[in-house]
Amino acid sequence: MTTMLIATAIMAGLGIVFGLGLAIANIYLRVEEDPRLDILEEMLPGTNCGACGEAGCRAFAETLVSGVKQPSGCTVSSEENIVDIASFLGVDAGKQEKRVARLHCAGGIAQAQQIAEYEGYGNCRAAHLVGGGGKGCSWGCLGLADCEKACTFDAIYMNGERLPVVIPDLCTACGDCVEACPRDLFEILPISQALLVQCKAPLEGDEARAVCDVACDACGRCAQDAAPGLITMVNNLPVVDYAAGGPAHPKATHRCPTGAIQWVDGQQFEKSKPVPMTGVHLD
Amino acid sequence: MSVYTLGKTFRHGVHPREHKEQTEHVAVERMPFVQRYTLPLRQHLGAPCQPVVKAGDQVIRGQVVANPGGFVSMMLHSPVTGQISAIAPRRFPNGEMVESIEIDADPYATQQFSSLPPIEWEELPLDEFIKHVQKAGLVGMGGAAFPTHVKYKLPEGKRCQRLVVNGCECEPYLTCDHRLMVEDAALVVRGTHIIAKKLGADSATIGVEMNKPDAVIALNEVIRQGEYENISVVPLRVKYPQGAEKMLIKALFDEEVPAGKLPLDLNIVVNNVGTMAGIAEYFDLQKPFVERLVTVAGPGVERPSNLMVPIGTPVRDILQHCGLSRETRQVVMGGPMMGQPLASLDVPMLKGTSGLLAFTEEGVQHPTEYACVRCGQCLEACHSFLNPSRLARLARAERWDELEDNFLMDCVECGACTYTCPSNVPIVHLIRAAKMALREQKAPKS
Repeated sequence: MTTMLIATAIMAGLGIVFGLGLAIANIYLRVEEDPRLDILEEMLPGTNCGACGEAGCRAFAETLVSGVKQPSGCTVSSEENIVDIASFLGVDAGKQEKRVARLHCAGGIAQAQQIAEYEGYGNCRAAHLVGGGGKGCSWGCLGLADCEKACTFDAIYMNGERLPVVIPDLCTACGDCVEACPRDLFEILPISQALLVQCKAPLEGDEARAVCDVACDACGRCAQDAAPGLITMVNNLPVVDYAAGGPAHPKATHRCPTGAIQWVDGQQFEKSKPVPMTGVHLD
Repeated sequence: MSVYTLGKTFRHGVHPREHKEQTEHVAVERMPFVQRYTLPLRQHLGAPCQPVVKAGDQVIRGQVVANPGGFVSMMLHSPVTGQISAIAPRRFPNGEMVESIEIDADPYATQQFSSLPPIEWEELPLDEFIKHVQKAGLVGMGGAAFPTHVKYKLPEGKRCQRLVVNGCECEPYLTCDHRLMVEDAALVVRGTHIIAKKLGADSATIGVEMNKPDAVIALNEVIRQGEYENISVVPLRVKYPQGAEKMLIKALFDEEVPAGKLPLDLNIVVNNVGTMAGIAEYFDLQKPFVERLVTVAGPGVERPSNLMVPIGTPVRDILQHCGLSRETRQVVMGGPMMGQPLASLDVPMLKGTSGLLAFTEEGVQHPTEYACVRCGQCLEACHSFLNPSRLARLARAERWDELEDNFLMDCVECGACTYTCPSNVPIVHLIRAAKMALREQKAPKS
């Protein structure tokens, strides 16, 4: 009986000593934190996607409180939510243009030349290592959906041509797909930039057309037809720079012999419907 | 007692079926000249070459067509007499398009190589000697195609005490080094003598696996006749991957090259037997590196051969010369363990190509993958003492930091783990993809 009492007393004593220690630490080592941070973190989507450029939602909340960034920097939140956050903080919501991930390749299985059949671990990087995958074009999309797997927001689906389609409404421009693609085919662009080059093969003329029906063959007509300075030919590919010239107009795409440059209003590959992928081995 | 139990070796490793019987006793033949040759400017490790010719130029066999693009780079020579038809991107064995020099062979040329007087290598200072090796266009012939002369550039405070010549040829099917040692043992020993003398090595050791007894006899005979006192031949136990330079050093001297260090840190230089023969040919005949031995074998080839092929010959022509069967489903460049499957046959054979293997349906079947049963066979196989199954699991989960903590970068991708895995997990493929991802992270995208 006494043993039990002693044990209980010791445990209670230890509890009191450590409790006092914590109480003292709470007084002297306290870090003052803005109480608004917790509320803001609640209001933010909590996806920690990194699209705002910060390490996570809490880090973004800190920049909001200190006034470094504006609420509209969060591309995931809905407009109402951003207004709520702005009114809560009493700041201007700011304006940010909607940006989306765009794929610089349109060579699906029907358009791109297939030279071999890839069998093996179903991952773009792994396929890239084995003879460059099955496509004749060594710059184009491998079609094994690394980007689809990387997307946190289910904004990417693979269409029947085995090309990833980005749904602009769901895309938050977080850049995970840009990281995931071993061939650097994704770019985050403002959605208003409708003039889009859907090819990355730096080949010219017949060589380009041999590997893909929709490859850019570097004829340069788009550069001639666009407003001066808007399109420049670099390394056999047109580069669209909205800051350098303008205004952009769909007529720049009209004389393109292969359709490599497109006027994309909304979603890429609009014509293709979401078809479940078949015949592809994915783990 | 057999070649699998006797003799020196390293710890761990595997014994794949050798399949060398197809070609090991087939004498070397010469590949007939074909119409068109393609020389990629980037077929070695290091900076790409700078072409010194332009489309339309006439070239003769052995003429320089591209200069080195830096110290870690090579000279390129025309393998044939003919005309430059283009300098443009052409398909490379890894599937990419690489800037290449395309040469149309002159059908009326004799394609004879006229030898020049020998180079007085003994008088040359080491720096000049190294320049000559670079001029010869020699690269490591084991497969990685590392420029040979870079190995001879000894950093301050290092010296080459021991020269090791690699005659293991541990990859299944390949027999080109074997045939070279049997038929041209004198060249191998001569080259070894030149390098050992020039680098001031105390001894030179030629490591040969015991499944090539005729090569050991031939080399010993040349050494005995020529009274090369400091060159010796050491027969080794047959095991894969003994041809990896660090494993060869472990087998020969029982010394370990630490992770992240080079053999030179143990004052050792390792070269392939093919490179040694190339050195001898260059310094005695001034013949640059324009052709090499290639083993063409596998179940999809009707006449398995050891061929002397000019660099840049299209793979399709080589295979057709040896009778490519219609059943072929996959062609591998290099050995079956580490080689590269080709997506297209319209690619040139390179300086580092040691074999072309054609497999039929049977050889390329992809067995069902099962879950890892943690049997530990891959740990037993890994000569670097890594944990391949853990690496594979981490690679699948894309946990890059932990991969590095588990010494991912020390893996030499020999494939012994994948070979031995009873669950058919594509371990080495996952590791290679993870290495690529890690390298991408280290060098941020532009």
